Amino acid sequence: MTTTVTSPAPAAPPRPRRRNPLRGRGLQAYTILLVAWLVLPVAVMILFGFNDTHSKQNFQWEGFTLKWYARLFEKKDLTTALVNSLTIALLTTVFATVLGTLVGLALGRYRFRGQGVANLVMFAAISCPELVMGASLLSMFVALETPRGYLTILAAHVMFSVSFVAITVRARAVGLDPRIEEAAKDLGAGPLTTFRLVTLPMIMPGVVSGAMLAFALSVDDFIITNFTSGATQTFPLWVWSSTRTGTPPQVNVMGTLIFAVGVLLAVVNIAASRRRARNT
Amino acid sequence: MSELNRRDLRDDPAFARGMTSRRSALKLFGASAAALALSACSIPGQGGRGKITQAQIDAFWKGRTGKGALKWANWPGYMEDDRATIKAFTKQTGIQIEYKEVIQEAADWFGKVQAPLAAGQSIDFDLMVVTNGIQSTKMIELGYLAPLDHRRLPNFAKYASPKFKNPSYDPGNAFTVPYVSGVTGIAYNTKYVKDEINSIAQLFDPRYRGKVGMMGDSQELGNFGMFAIGVDPEKSTPRDWENAARKLREQRDQKIVRKYYEQNYIDAVAKGDVWLTMAWSGDVYSLANDDVKFVVPREGGTIWSDLMMIPKPAANPADALTLMNWLYEPRNNATLTEFINYITPVPETQRFVREDAAKATGEDRADLQRLADSPLVYPTEADLSRLRNYRVLTQQEEPQYQKIFTPIAQGS
Amino acid sequence: MTGLKGRLTPYLLILPGGLWLTAFFAIPLIFMASVSLMTGNLIDGFTQTWHWQNYTDAIGTYGDKIVRSLWYGLLATAACIALAYPAAYWIAFKGGRHKSTWLFLLLLPFFVSFVLRTISWKLVLTDNGPVLGPLKSWGLLPDGFHVLDSGFAVVSGLTYNFLPFMILPIYVALERIDYRVIEAAYDLYAGRFEAFRRVVLPLSLPGVFAGVIMTFVPVTSDYVNASVLGGPGNTMIGNVIQSEYFTQSNYHTASALSFALMALLLAGIFAYARALGTKDVLEAAAR
Repeated sequence: MTTTVTSPAPAAPPRPRRRNPLRGRGLQAYTILLVAWLVLPVAVMILFGFNDTHSKQNFQWEGFTLKWYARLFEKKDLTTALVNSLTIALLTTVFATVLGTLVGLALGRYRFRGQGVANLVMFAAISCPELVMGASLLSMFVALETPRGYLTILAAHVMFSVSFVAITVRARAVGLDPRIEEAAKDLGAGPLTTFRLVTLPMIMPGVVSGAMLAFALSVDDFIITNFTSGATQTFPLWVWSSTRTGTPPQVNVMGTLIFAVGVLLAVVNIAASRRRARNT
Repeated sequence: MSELNRRDLRDDPAFARGMTSRRSALKLFGASAAALALSACSIPGQGGRGKITQAQIDAFWKGRTGKGALKWANWPGYMEDDRATIKAFTKQTGIQIEYKEVIQEAADWFGKVQAPLAAGQSIDFDLMVVTNGIQSTKMIELGYLAPLDHRRLPNFAKYASPKFKNPSYDPGNAFTVPYVSGVTGIAYNTKYVKDEINSIAQLFDPRYRGKVGMMGDSQELGNFGMFAIGVDPEKSTPRDWENAARKLREQRDQKIVRKYYEQNYIDAVAKGDVWLTMAWSGDVYSLANDDVKFVVPREGGTIWSDLMMIPKPAANPADALTLMNWLYEPRNNATLTEFINYITPVPETQRFVREDAAKATGEDRADLQRLADSPLVYPTEADLSRLRNYRVLTQQEEPQYQKIFTPIAQGS
Repeated sequence: MTGLKGRLTPYLLILPGGLWLTAFFAIPLIFMASVSLMTGNLIDGFTQTWHWQNYTDAIGTYGDKIVRSLWYGLLATAACIALAYPAAYWIAFKGGRHKSTWLFLLLLPFFVSFVLRTISWKLVLTDNGPVLGPLKSWGLLPDGFHVLDSGFAVVSGLTYNFLPFMILPIYVALERIDYRVIEAAYDLYAGRFEAFRRVVLPLSLPGVFAGVIMTFVPVTSDYVNASVLGGPGNTMIGNVIQSEYFTQSNYHTASALSFALMALLLAGIFAYARALGTKDVLEAAAR
């Protein structure tokens, strides 16, 4: 062992690595398989968006058609519901990510009086059955004579997403070396600059993961939304209720389009990072 | 961390700011908690409001005139995509309709509107469609619904089939009239079941072990249990319930039942996961699969209705009543029936469906012809005579009934 | 981290989120807590009688469902860890520039409605469907074999639906590890397993801990999977709460059951944190 940690690696012959080069490949193959498994039902869903079904029940394959794409916006309520769901999910993601990141930082980076209570509330918000959250929110809104609608849905979605973001960010913030931030301060950076240039980049993977969770949670929530929605419709509410008379293929098409936009974003992201890498 | 001096703390403006915001937070907390505590001391009861007199009806409707606008809550799939029926109504009456497909299930809907209705607050709708059963009975008994003024609803008396008039769940149709109806019977897949199915006893036949589907809803399940022991559910007693539950439990413990379905049994019977199952006529009709047959068993089946009702705090009850009346006009109802394909309370529509079929061409013609001829939409007299209503449960009986039948589907 | 500002920072950070949770979670919950001690019914009204027996009654009646839910929760969580860890590991260390893209891909199916995914699963897994059908016709499976409507289907469904909640936090913790630390372990002649056990695993524990909280807890109170994919013997406590609230309007019983479940889960979380010593890991930042 060399005693000087800072010196560049000595020109000693490289030690034989016992890492198996196939190991990375194996894990990669596994990850791809996992993605495939997760996507499998989506594939079925996409397929039945092309089903030329003549009955109201869309689960028997009757041939290929594009007519459901042409008739996509025929069901007005479904379209409204989808738009509501997407905008609520986006707004929820923004609010919950900001609030949750701050909470996660506080819980992960500091020790303070009341931390136990804060942790408890965080866990309680996750362990509370959705039905109780929804029912109790409804009771409160009724007691305060708050009309239910878009805003109450948003308030509720932010509420249940915050803890998920906070816990994800905390998992990242725990054990970050505080000396890096202190070094920034010593170099004259103000608290905001330190946060923007040092802290935020360090916790970024946690923030991004938390944001994705918040979006996924919000866009597919049923129970709490049902209690807080009043006369406002969302995509999951409509789809759930449609199972009674048969879920129309337009629902599959909309699911397909959401999925396609997601894949497109991923592809664009890869391309952009390729280009960046080539330019630098 | 260093120990902090308390005096420093108070002097620090940031801390003072923190305190005020914390204090206001506490205040907010206090205020809302107080509001809640008030409402929390008790949730007042509202029983026994189901009986209604003409004087009360008159009192409710006095001075209520149409405002030319109406908000309507319904299930998905219960109105044409282009809203043709609504457009026709608006054209003829000038009343605008804001139509929303917001109802998922009677129980979920009830859980959502119960609190505001109990507080006398608007639920944003003037008309809603809820299935008859435990929830609709509760809404009637709790006084959540506006009494119907049948003088403004003459078409119901004129055109509704006798089978839908004066039902036991709402004597005299005081609060509700049906929107559409369906029959609960047995669906079976002829690819797997070679015998003819015509009896509820066959749902209990060990030959079909693991291939029978039952419904999880305590009323649907209880009804079939009672048919199985030869009791008319509409006239059943608590002792009958016990016996029926024993029979159903036996069926479950012999592993004859594959699953107790909430919804979504129809794909299971079409794919052969179950071979025979309790089923709703409308699902089998809309499945349009020649292998899957529907039958009203010889012991009997039940008839249920999705009921139109007006919540008491509604802003425009008069327009809602106008719409109800308009929908019972056979010509108007026929158009709707041609889309929904469920049983209509207006039998005269069959004539109009036939006429429309004669006018149509190609695939449409075949579809309309099939509709007009289908016993799943226009049940035969023989079928109708075997159909029973659900047992209406008084508020004392309901918990007892639930206690007997709910655990069966829950596996205990 | 000295001085007043340093001490106030965590409070300022927590304030907005805390207020939100107070207004829309804690306060409403107090109301429900009071309902759980009431007696009565919808017709006669509910009155506050501090009837603690609601709890013992509810637990007495539904104890078996609670136990089953905890068991399913454990199985599904274990399955989630086993499935998620390797993928999170690969993405964190070998994902290169496309780490977040990979994560996004793993999460994408969950932007599509749950109902659609479940309907699709049912189509794939039907008794004579594209998976089981061929296996049966080749005689590899007995004719009566089925996956749907069983405990296995419920646990699989839970695993599927909550997998992202495990992958993301584990990834977030793993990604923080400096790969040179692992190489240092190799340099010290640690075996592959040793290096993993003594370096990678401890450093990723906060992530696993977060993942367990975010999966085990919601999985245990879930009701949709059991109702869509389960058979008669697979009812979970979430289904019971659902039925007590919606179908039977026993608001007090539903509330009592929910609070009992929450208390149980919270106790479990804290016991688990202590047993694993993750509490120390969690608070390491505050050394």
